[in-house]
Amino acid sequence: MQPHAAASAEESRLWAALEEVSDPEIPVLSVVDLGVIREIEVDGAAAKVTITPTYSGCPAMSYIEMMVRDAVLKAGFEHVEVKTVLSPAWTTDWLSEAGREKLKGIGIAPPAEVSTSKQSLLGIDPVVACPRCGSENTEILSQFGSTACKALYRCTDCAEPFDYFKCI
Amino acid sequence: MTVEAQREALFEYLLRLGDNALILGHRLSEWCGKGPVLEEDIALSNIALDLVGQSTLWLEFAATVEGGARDADALAFKRDVLDWRNFLLVEQPNGDFAHTIVRQFLFDCFHVELLQALSKSANQEIAGIASKALKEALYHRRHSGQWVIRLGDGTEESHARAQAALDALWGYTRELFEGDAIDEMMMQAGIAPDPGDFEENWKQAVGAVLAEATLTVPDANWSIGGGKKGIHSEHLGFLLAEMQFLPRAYPDAQW
Repeated sequence: MQPHAAASAEESRLWAALEEVSDPEIPVLSVVDLGVIREIEVDGAAAKVTITPTYSGCPAMSYIEMMVRDAVLKAGFEHVEVKTVLSPAWTTDWLSEAGREKLKGIGIAPPAEVSTSKQSLLGIDPVVACPRCGSENTEILSQFGSTACKALYRCTDCAEPFDYFKCI
Repeated sequence: MTVEAQREALFEYLLRLGDNALILGHRLSEWCGKGPVLEEDIALSNIALDLVGQSTLWLEFAATVEGGARDADALAFKRDVLDWRNFLLVEQPNGDFAHTIVRQFLFDCFHVELLQALSKSANQEIAGIASKALKEALYHRRHSGQWVIRLGDGTEESHARAQAALDALWGYTRELFEGDAIDEMMMQAGIAPDPGDFEENWKQAVGAVLAEATLTVPDANWSIGGGKKGIHSEHLGFLLAEMQFLPRAYPDAQW
């Protein structure tokens, strides 16, 4: 589900402004790519943006909220409200197609499956293709990585270690 | 039952949820920079981050339920030992890596069961937080379970240490499944499950992993509890002294 349909020129302008807000930990992704923007509402010069955290302890949330506020004001809206919701819980299924391509571009493997797949639910490690050479001969080094949303893998063909955007 | 009594019971219940997450999260954070290998240092810190994040959500809601006299920070940093509602299991010191992993595994298996039930709570706020936390707890259980197997079915040394940890911690698990009047009130209101209900599932999940790890389920002839009522082991005071030092030494400091 991508809540990305703009009903009016004003909403398009708001989406465009949000596209400019980068995820502070993975700056190639916008907050829209990441799927943390759940809903927008425009009422004249007032904008309301609903966001959801990726992980409970994601340290970037307050920063993202601040950047969203700033971008919306810069786009010409006079009043902005940023609301945080927890439900439904964020899932990597909300990562946009563009976002997945951008991840590959900087050497991070995107989630290899949908969060509700049987493998994912049973906790079986998926086949993750190396974002550098494309080989599927890879192994997990650690379930956790440099940020809450990533795991650490290694390609056994080209020998490069790489981050995997874990599927939740 | 009066509305006031309901509100107080809900507040107590939320403290239990928040306190378990915060105290275990803090314990794990003590490994930061000292992990046995870099990957585990990062893993334990990540799990700590998830748990501290969850505790923030629970304690913020608790503060709202209480009526706004205290915020989540005040609940975390300005309560003394007797006001904490976490299980004794989560406040136990880290010990060696096997000890930390076994403690984590015993809690993770319980946590998954609890959060699964809470994600169906009649209270929408609780259901929302639990659904979010559940995804994280499942991931944690996978990590700790895999390590229990590696340690138990590893070398003679790792096996001995994992078994010693299990023997030392088993007596603290009884408490996880003991309901009291607060649980009863939450059950009646459809807010939370009877903790006794998932003891069987927990035993099965734990037992399956221990069997694969060639570890023996302890035949513990002791058990100890009281955390939910504020009766703690001596370890919690030392933990709080460290965790609460800054806000107590410099009240209302901003940075």
